[in-house]
Amino acid sequence: MNIRRYVATFLGVTFVGFGLEAQAIDITGAGATFPYPIYAKWADAYKQKTGVGLNYQSIGSGGGIAQIKAKTVDFGASDMPLKPDDLQQAGLMQFPAIIGGVVPVVNLEAIAPGQLKFTGPVLADIFLGKIKNWNDKAIADLNPGLKLPADPITVVRRSDGSGTTFIWTDYLSKVSPEWKEKVGASTAVAWPEGVGGKGNEGVAAYVQRIKGSIGYVEYAYAKKNKMSYASVKNKEGQFVQPDDDTFQAAAAYADWKNAPGFYQILTDQPGKTSWPITGASFILMHQKQDKPQNATEVLKFFDWALKSGQKMATELDYVPMPDSVTKVIADAWRAQLKDGSGKPVWN
Amino acid sequence: MMDTSASMTLPGTMDLRVESRGQREPKPPARRQAAAPWQDWAFEHTTMSFAVLVLAMLLAIIGALSYAALPALEKFGLGFLFTNVWNPVKSEFGALAPIYGTLVTSAIALLIGVPVSFGIALFLTEMCPPILKRPLGTAVELLAAIPSIIYGMWGLFVFAPLFGDYVQPLLQKIFGNIWIVGPLFKGAPNGIGMLSAGIILSVMVIPFISSVMRDVFEIVPPVLKESAYAIGCTTWEVVHNVVLPYTKVGVIGGIMLGLGRALGETMAVTFIIGNAYRISSSLYEPGNSIASALANEFNEAADPVHRASLITLGLVLFVLTLIVLGLSRLLISQLAKGEGRRT
Repeated sequence: MNIRRYVATFLGVTFVGFGLEAQAIDITGAGATFPYPIYAKWADAYKQKTGVGLNYQSIGSGGGIAQIKAKTVDFGASDMPLKPDDLQQAGLMQFPAIIGGVVPVVNLEAIAPGQLKFTGPVLADIFLGKIKNWNDKAIADLNPGLKLPADPITVVRRSDGSGTTFIWTDYLSKVSPEWKEKVGASTAVAWPEGVGGKGNEGVAAYVQRIKGSIGYVEYAYAKKNKMSYASVKNKEGQFVQPDDDTFQAAAAYADWKNAPGFYQILTDQPGKTSWPITGASFILMHQKQDKPQNATEVLKFFDWALKSGQKMATELDYVPMPDSVTKVIADAWRAQLKDGSGKPVWN
Repeated sequence: MMDTSASMTLPGTMDLRVESRGQREPKPPARRQAAAPWQDWAFEHTTMSFAVLVLAMLLAIIGALSYAALPALEKFGLGFLFTNVWNPVKSEFGALAPIYGTLVTSAIALLIGVPVSFGIALFLTEMCPPILKRPLGTAVELLAAIPSIIYGMWGLFVFAPLFGDYVQPLLQKIFGNIWIVGPLFKGAPNGIGMLSAGIILSVMVIPFISSVMRDVFEIVPPVLKESAYAIGCTTWEVVHNVVLPYTKVGVIGGIMLGLGRALGETMAVTFIIGNAYRISSSLYEPGNSIASALANEFNEAADPVHRASLITLGLVLFVLTLIVLGLSRLLISQLAKGEGRRT
């Protein structure tokens, strides 16, 4: 008797649940984990304001690309931009949504955050395993005032595929021909050296744990964990500290307007105050929309997020897209996203 | 053998039931059967379909894995198993390092886990004061209920620092200069690597192995043990000559259960093994296991060959587990054959 009643109640509740589910207008997205915190925060605020919810699954950039190609989601998200050819082939368009910075962090006694200085080639040599000790001449020459120990360097890097790794290895490839040839740039690479931590938190934990270690994390993690980050010499020969301003400077120098398919990687940008290891996270959508209504909702969401969500982004140590770029993005929506009859989805 | 213990408890309860039912309803059960023969049929086939479902799922998983692994197998062939490269940029993959890491960490886990579990089970069944028996047994079983990610976090944040600061340097001092064993303990003692992963795994398999061992030790008929004690056997002699021969099948089953968990453990290992595709003679160096490679890379593997290689790794783990299961079956049947002779 009782069991039957329970089953009936359960089924009833489930059906009612399905009913509700079907009624709500939700947009769905999947992909990169790096921007997930800000997307979640935006989604929450947006839902309160408009009643439209965003269901974003942070399954990783690779998954995001696969899901948007399979059309199971309204938009995909990737930390690594697709090349214009690949975009064309898959009938996709992409636009940048948020910017972040990756910083080298070290565990060295008596060295305060920002004190240590690196150049790109030196970082590459450390991660290639060519510079093995902290008192190596290459490092000492950059840091004349600092007393560096004779300890061995332990390299810490990500073990999982990650947009953070893509930004880091892309930078090393740009500044070191040897890195480019031997390792290359991707979300996961064949590391010549070091131990791998899972996620930013894994790398942060390893670096905090292992004396004489060097790793790379998103700026937010370094800041949150009060880790000893280093300054890096940028393209114009200036040593810059990582912070919102230098990330923003790098983002502003990016030439979004003339980059086909927004294929822009923000590492090693020009500009005296640009942080060299900056990267953007991208949103992918189909150029020809089967469900133009959903697409419009997605665009409304990102339009709101790019314009009104900037403060929230800064609070989470991301860098919002500069205003000038927001306009370029809206132009691209107008030009590239069409419904079945060829009418633009965004006006 | 099991019959003796079963017949001691069951008859009494069955008698009671028959009596009480007999008082209420004197009709024989045959009538009920005749009333609804289709119920028997339905029951039999429903349960059978559940059982078949398991088999079907297994076959479907093997099929799906093999199919998805094809691109990698076509590209690398059997060499996939024996090459030590893992280069997502150049799309070259080989499984040797993760296979090696999986086997080594599991071996360490069993090397530590089996003796400790044996000790726990022995103490709980033979020597433990009755007051401690329940709480200790429950505590061991509760260890099994802790999610593996907690072991990973604990391993990374608590165990690794202590292990790296105090235990690893000590081990290096003791074994560092001994022939053959020395190289195992070379390298920076930073608490992360194959040895740490193996030790965390051993903590994770202990509850499985020890609770199975305790359960099988408890079914040894007290008469046998008491007779042995009566003729003057020590506790060890009783365990060695009476308990173990009586329960060896169950003990091996427990160990295999533990090994199964060790081979497939993912999160805890990922946190602490260091995740480097490297084969090193030192246990202090970082390595990788199949399960942790999958956990690390599956999300972001966009390249089809990369994805297929990861799935092939999954297939390899599947086959590895199958071999372990097969070997344990073989061992058990070998032991069962020798049963009559060993008295």
